[in-house]
Amino acid sequence: MIEFTFWDIVRNLLLAARWTVLLSLAAFIGGALVGLVVLFFRIAKNKWVKRIASGYIALFQGTPLLMQLFLMFFGLPMLGLRIEPWTAAVLGLTFFASAYLAEIWRSGVDALPRGQWDAGASLGLHYLQELRLIILPQAFAITRAPTVGFLVQLIKSTALTSIIGFEELVRTSNAINNATFEPFKVYGLVALIFFVMCFPLTQYARSLEKQASAH
Amino acid sequence: MGYSLDFGWLAGAAGVIARGAAMTLLLIAVTTLAGTFLSILGAAGKRNGPKPLQLAIGWYVEVMRNTPFLVQLFFIFFGLPSLGIRLDPILAAMLAMTLNMAAYTIEIVGAGLDAVPRGQTEAALALGLRPRQVFIKIVLPQALKVIYPALTSQIVIMMLESAVVSQIAVRELTYEADMLQARTFRAFETYFVVTMVYLGLSMGLRRLLVSGGRRVLGAGVS
Repeated sequence: MIEFTFWDIVRNLLLAARWTVLLSLAAFIGGALVGLVVLFFRIAKNKWVKRIASGYIALFQGTPLLMQLFLMFFGLPMLGLRIEPWTAAVLGLTFFASAYLAEIWRSGVDALPRGQWDAGASLGLHYLQELRLIILPQAFAITRAPTVGFLVQLIKSTALTSIIGFEELVRTSNAINNATFEPFKVYGLVALIFFVMCFPLTQYARSLEKQASAH
Repeated sequence: MGYSLDFGWLAGAAGVIARGAAMTLLLIAVTTLAGTFLSILGAAGKRNGPKPLQLAIGWYVEVMRNTPFLVQLFFIFFGLPSLGIRLDPILAAMLAMTLNMAAYTIEIVGAGLDAVPRGQTEAALALGLRPRQVFIKIVLPQALKVIYPALTSQIVIMMLESAVVSQIAVRELTYEADMLQARTFRAFETYFVVTMVYLGLSMGLRRLLVSGGRRVLGAGVS
């Protein structure tokens, strides 16, 4: 039987934490891109397009992320795609993030005064130019705090991908726990690593919020 | 050659799914009551308690909010026995859910308490009510009314998050889904059906809380 020293445990956990970071980044970037598309749909003039986007958001916000991951993991192979835990994890978290980010940014768009659109139109800008040059930059600026707040939620959510077999921090810690029988230490360390990743972001979101309310 | 969906197993599985859903609802009901109670104590302690208590509550909130629920659950279920505290899965799940939810609702309840004008407390004290009566009868009801919508969202989020307690073998909805798909070999269909059940539960729970809140806390609650 292999003996694990304290540093072996820490080292293995930190190595696994790289995957947690990578998955969080991939899902955040993917979620932002897809979320932008959902946002376009959500603020479109056409009632049906809007409704589809609202339904999409309600679906992802009204069901457990774990179920979404399972559906991704077991559903995609039916479409003939060979799927690894990594692919299922990235895709699942991407769609999950897109719904939340679209809704956050939509609140930013809604918060802008009607006059911003009118001013854009009176300058002769067409719809996409208005969005790109006037509406979206402001909407992103005022929703920076909740966007960072959601990133924290996303990092924590990567823990669930351990259940579909992706080798990140939690799955590695389960394996280490099975070998060392020191759950208190192992899960305590995992919590600490997550805390170190998330707490600075939480503080950053809080300072952004203070800035925003100071204006 | 394609995959064809098969829902033939569904008729025989309805009872199991219903039982799982009932367990999920039981978990969230207990969590809602215990969590709200705990967060009222926490929020009051954070405002009026002695300094060390205020600090402790502040750190508690930060730690719970910046670590995944799944890790908290494992810590409680697998970690606490090494301190001699052995909980059965359902109790461990309820404890983890309550502690997790309280971290979020302490902030929410606190915001509600801050929103009640100071004059309300002063007026009540001037009428000769004792401080505890002032808190319970005057400040708290007004605070709860303000924060009710945020509280409702948090309860629904917690209900969805409770899916992970299947990992410590609590026989709730997700656990039953795992068992079903292992028996039927129809993983996608099983999780699809159960996902829709969750969707129905979250919409129903939200509606129930809104109409219940309107009745108890009065009009204006949305």
